Amino acid sequence: MPDGRSITLDILRYDGARDAKPRVQAYTIPFTDDMSVLQGVQYVKDNLDGSLAFRWSCRMAICGSCGMMVAGIPRLACRTFLRDFAPGPLAIAPLEHFPIERDLVVDIGGFMDKLGQVKPWIEPRVARALEEGAYRQSPRELERFESFSHCINCLLCYAACPQYGHDPKFLGPAATALLQRYNLDSRDGASQERMEAAHSEEGVWSCTAVGYCSEVCPKAVDPANAVNRTKTESAIDWFARFVRGGE
Amino acid sequence: MAVRRPYVRPFEPGWWRRNPYFVRYMARELTAPFVGLYALILLSGLVCLALGRAPYEAWVAILRTPASLVLHGVLVAIFAYHSFSWFAIMPKTMPPVSIGGHRIGAAAITLAGLVAAAFCMLAAWFVVQAVA
Amino acid sequence: MSKRSNQPVYWALFGAGGMMSALFGAGLAFMTGIAIPEGIGPGAALSDYDRALAVVHSLPGRLFLFAVVTLFLWHAAHRVHHTLPDFGLRQGTLAWLGCYGVALAGTLVAVLALFVAGF
Repeated sequence: MPDGRSITLDILRYDGARDAKPRVQAYTIPFTDDMSVLQGVQYVKDNLDGSLAFRWSCRMAICGSCGMMVAGIPRLACRTFLRDFAPGPLAIAPLEHFPIERDLVVDIGGFMDKLGQVKPWIEPRVARALEEGAYRQSPRELERFESFSHCINCLLCYAACPQYGHDPKFLGPAATALLQRYNLDSRDGASQERMEAAHSEEGVWSCTAVGYCSEVCPKAVDPANAVNRTKTESAIDWFARFVRGGE
Repeated sequence: MAVRRPYVRPFEPGWWRRNPYFVRYMARELTAPFVGLYALILLSGLVCLALGRAPYEAWVAILRTPASLVLHGVLVAIFAYHSFSWFAIMPKTMPPVSIGGHRIGAAAITLAGLVAAAFCMLAAWFVVQAVA
Repeated sequence: MSKRSNQPVYWALFGAGGMMSALFGAGLAFMTGIAIPEGIGPGAALSDYDRALAVVHSLPGRLFLFAVVTLFLWHAAHRVHHTLPDFGLRQGTLAWLGCYGVALAGTLVAVLALFVAGF
């Protein structure tokens, strides 16, 4: 039940058809302790301004749709609560480092391309016929890659990464975590191929171990660990290839 | 159908000042020019030593000035922050470490690094004391 | 496939220098910056030209000093170079020379100085 309290949301708006650049629009809404930032922007859209555009779906921090900058920090709107920022004004803006499509919706096409680059599927280490049945994988083998498999592609890590901000060609945290998810999977044999995406300047070598990506990740994927381990592997490979037989 | 006109936000100088995490990151990165400065100070001493007694004694005389003492006091503090921040980020660069079935956490790895640093510096102090 | 980066070479030097400076830096700055001028502990000996020269003439002393001077410089060069974009600065030729050029020059001077210092 509404209890008389209100909070002001300063939301960054942008409509390419009308605006030369983004502008802040303030909305004051009633709120209760259990309301998330997502419910806040939904209130705005449903009651105050139907033109506000934003992505959302599950409301429970698993679909990765509702990532936005809340008080300057990349967060999932469904998992961030208005009570922590009342009475405001609370700054809400689209995810940093991505082109703004409309209001709180960003263009994530660049990231989608990167997913393909890391070959995110099992290429069997040893050919296996269907009749041989399921793979067997021990808990220890699972542990090697499990956290990297928890990524929900919410892109908070890209909004957090200053290097991605400087150069959007950077492969980035989530894509590299996905690369390691497959490289470290005992069933997979395509590590060398995936590493080709990592060896370039825009691969892992743009990373300077800021570590903020892991700090903001809502699923404790620890992408900073994935990227920096990949740097070590890539560096060792740079030297080892001369022993192997060059390229 | 509306024409798309995505807006790319421009680079903002001072972007790092608005978030304490980035301020600490910049503090860590900005230890680097001081590490370089100290290397040049040491190099100047090496050059003076190579040039002979008088130049080396002149170098030591400069070290004795208040300005040099203050600068080196600041350098010691900056190096200490470098040690701390280096070992703080080190766990992020490593695969998981387990000893006897127990997972070693990031804090333990950082502590181990700092202990190693203290050990190295004390060992070097006593070794030089013994041989110089 | 994208061109393989040569960053690993710089990064390896950066890492070695970072580790050396993390393990020894504070102690070294104290030694040369405070212990030598104030004559504390081994600093007293090192303020003497003959004793300092003897340390440099020893193989471990020579190697350690070379490693410290050069690796600290390559560490600093790499980190400064990578921090330039954070201040809106371009990583062009001038930036490379200002960073890695200084490390290269320092390395050469160190080699020369250790040679001239004798054996």
